[in-house]
Amino acid sequence: MMRTMKSIIFAAAAVAVSFGFTGATKAHEGIELPEQAWAQSGPMGRIDKAQAQRGFQVYKEICSNCHSLNLASYRNLKGIGFTEDQVKVIAAGVQVQDGPNDQGEMFMRPGIQSDRFVKPFANDKAARVANNGALPPDLSVMVKARHGGEDYITALLTGYAEAPAGVSVPDGKYYNKYFASGTIGMPQMLFDDSITYADGTKATALQESKDVAVFLSYIAEPTQDERKALGIKVILFLIVFSGLMYACKRQLWADVH
Amino acid sequence: MALYPSKFKNPLINWIDARLPIFTLMHHEYIEFQMPRNVNYLWAFGAIGMLLLMTMIATGIMLAMQYTPNTLLAFDSVEHIMRDVNYGWLLRYMHANAGAFFFLAIYVHIFRGLYYGSYQKPRELIWILGVLIYLLMMATGFLGYVLPWGQMSFWAATVITNLFSAFPVVGDPIVTWLWGGFSVDNPTLNRFFALHYLMPFVLLGVVLLHLSALHITGSNNPLGIEIKGPQDSVPFHPYVTIKDLFAFSVYLILFSVFLFFMPNYMGHPDNYIPANALVTPSHIVPEWYFLPWYAILRAIPDKLGGTVMMFAAVLVLVVLPWLDTSKVKSLVFKPVSRLFFWVFAADCILLGFCGANPPDGIWVVAARLGTIYYFAYFLVALPLLGKFERPRPRPASIAEAILKGGGSVHAHAATAQPMEKA
Amino acid sequence: MSTIAHPSGAGAAPGGGGGDASRRNFLYIATTAVGAAGLGAVAWPFINSMNPAADTLALASIEVDITTVKPGEQIVVTWQGKPVFIRRRTPDEITAAAQAKLEDMKDPQADSARVQKPEWLILVGICTHLGCVPNFDGKSSGHLGEFGGWFCPCHGSQYDTSGRIRKGPAPKNLGVPNYVFLKDTVIKIG
Repeated sequence: MMRTMKSIIFAAAAVAVSFGFTGATKAHEGIELPEQAWAQSGPMGRIDKAQAQRGFQVYKEICSNCHSLNLASYRNLKGIGFTEDQVKVIAAGVQVQDGPNDQGEMFMRPGIQSDRFVKPFANDKAARVANNGALPPDLSVMVKARHGGEDYITALLTGYAEAPAGVSVPDGKYYNKYFASGTIGMPQMLFDDSITYADGTKATALQESKDVAVFLSYIAEPTQDERKALGIKVILFLIVFSGLMYACKRQLWADVH
Repeated sequence: MALYPSKFKNPLINWIDARLPIFTLMHHEYIEFQMPRNVNYLWAFGAIGMLLLMTMIATGIMLAMQYTPNTLLAFDSVEHIMRDVNYGWLLRYMHANAGAFFFLAIYVHIFRGLYYGSYQKPRELIWILGVLIYLLMMATGFLGYVLPWGQMSFWAATVITNLFSAFPVVGDPIVTWLWGGFSVDNPTLNRFFALHYLMPFVLLGVVLLHLSALHITGSNNPLGIEIKGPQDSVPFHPYVTIKDLFAFSVYLILFSVFLFFMPNYMGHPDNYIPANALVTPSHIVPEWYFLPWYAILRAIPDKLGGTVMMFAAVLVLVVLPWLDTSKVKSLVFKPVSRLFFWVFAADCILLGFCGANPPDGIWVVAARLGTIYYFAYFLVALPLLGKFERPRPRPASIAEAILKGGGSVHAHAATAQPMEKA
Repeated sequence: MSTIAHPSGAGAAPGGGGGDASRRNFLYIATTAVGAAGLGAVAWPFINSMNPAADTLALASIEVDITTVKPGEQIVVTWQGKPVFIRRRTPDEITAAAQAKLEDMKDPQADSARVQKPEWLILVGICTHLGCVPNFDGKSSGHLGEFGGWFCPCHGSQYDTSGRIRKGPAPKNLGVPNYVFLKDTVIKIG
């Protein structure tokens, strides 16, 4: 028994160490992010589809003017509760470049479900020119590409303030303490009532920010709900299987110990 | 009349075995192979590592069918796997997290070997092959980390390949050769993919050598006393197979928690930013399992010196069987050595934290002290402890230790039972 | 006590005896069964990952503008990675297709069941023998089919002007994909 205990402690220590390492790498980001409550957090958490749909509205009406969503397709919207027909209408609402046609020319056509989200700018250079030299990053995996994920997105979108004394803000930049360098090329875009939500939700700046963060969380990993649901089944299975294996092992070794 | 009368009941197996003795071999190595009956669960981590290696090979083959090793497409093809391929997210997260859990299992395996003196005579070659396995793991892990072609991938590739530039004269040509160009670029990614696919099979080959060496000497055990007779051992199957599978199953629970609920926990957010040769991320750190080596690299304020020390830190393990001069394997009987061992284990963890933190202030001092202890443990402490520490008395045999210590009511059955085996 | 050491899997139950043995055996069998079920479940994601991915499935339909196709011409478009023949048949071809005797055919099917508008014949251009692409213009390969339709260069299967198999090793007619006329000049395939 002592040996077993020792082994367990040994293994647990090794795990604790691995936690410690990653914990330490995350700790020195420095900025304290306000933590929001997210329906999708934790093993039992799932994306709030109504909220994600509102977030899509925020993205479509505001963010998409500058930010691409290159890895996402319109068909992905079915995952946040839009019906097939709704997705078709949404897709048909954009013009997609296609071609070349038989005359060798590119042409525009209405979007279809399988199209990727259309880009606001033809290329990075065009995007920079239109944005005072700053490049609005693609948002496809943004939630996974920043420490704090959804909390970071929300904090950033609502984190605009007057620069404190002693901080100089260059022309065309805005003070935002959640941005890595402290000044950001994007002005504040979300204000109270920037959006009129169809479901009657009060559109505060914070609400809009949280909604778009949920949408981006879904887009960053459309399979996340499926993953967690499968995880619960797998872990329950493994617990049962481990129990059985332990019983076998006890039976078998009963004569040896 | 076969030369070697086969012992299998199944006529088909018998027929094959008389011509190609794979079943006899398997039977010999994995069924009747004798394991010390006192091995604890730490002995399961080798098998756990083996099963994880197979998991990674299986998932890796499926991923390779979807992945594109081209700088323009690599990032998107990984995201294609995550989004569109059926269960692609599962395969990719399994692959990535199994990598980390493979290292975790192997670290437990290595420290178990250090604690119980498993590297000592006659197991030196098992140990050296183990070090070789570990080096191959490091190489494979690094190559694989580059493939998603995110920011961390790109800069890891840049930094690690640049280590070789530390060598005088040949350094720069070697780096250019590794890159296939003048920076980390498409040729680099493409060859890293080819090598990442190749290495696990080389690794598997060395694992088989590791095992065949093990099956000549037999396994060590917590007492570090060799098997003296059938009363000291149990057959590998079913005793150890069942025990190892139980341990693996429990390990899989922990693995699943990461895999399904925090699959990116051990990764770095920057690797979800596509590689950009013009911008280095503000904090670039390797995966947690490389952090102690990274700390040693940075502890030395000299490019060549740091690189040499880092490689030396791994390679010192090769000569460990001759650095430890003790005639007694297990630290159970050597309390002073045990103390040094635990300080060493803590030192490795300390070095890990040093590697994770920016190299300034207290962390530089800590990394240097940690590096000094790391080398001193092997080069000074072990040779001297072996000479001067008087080990406590040891039981005459494994069976005797169990009879005395365990006081098991089944003891008579236990001593009798294994004798009946073929 | 029984002997151990036969490679008979988890059923090998050493030690024990009497009523104990059956309880043990039940435990081993149950564990083996649960383990095997688990392994089977793990196999599925691996197998299924090789099936068409979601983006491939999403591209299951295409739209084709057929304004410029003249009678007696055909265009080839790619649908799901396969060639699709869109042929604007001449009156002669239509007549030949409609009048061919069904009893002579290996895979009898009326021409009217294979087209929505007699002028437009739409076929998956894959020989039903072993997957080559048949040529319509047999002359270029030196083989003009006897039935005025397609000739497969691989093993000589001959199809008529309705794409029906008439001669050679292929077992079935050329397939007709699902399609609709969105307009008189636009077809949606798939």
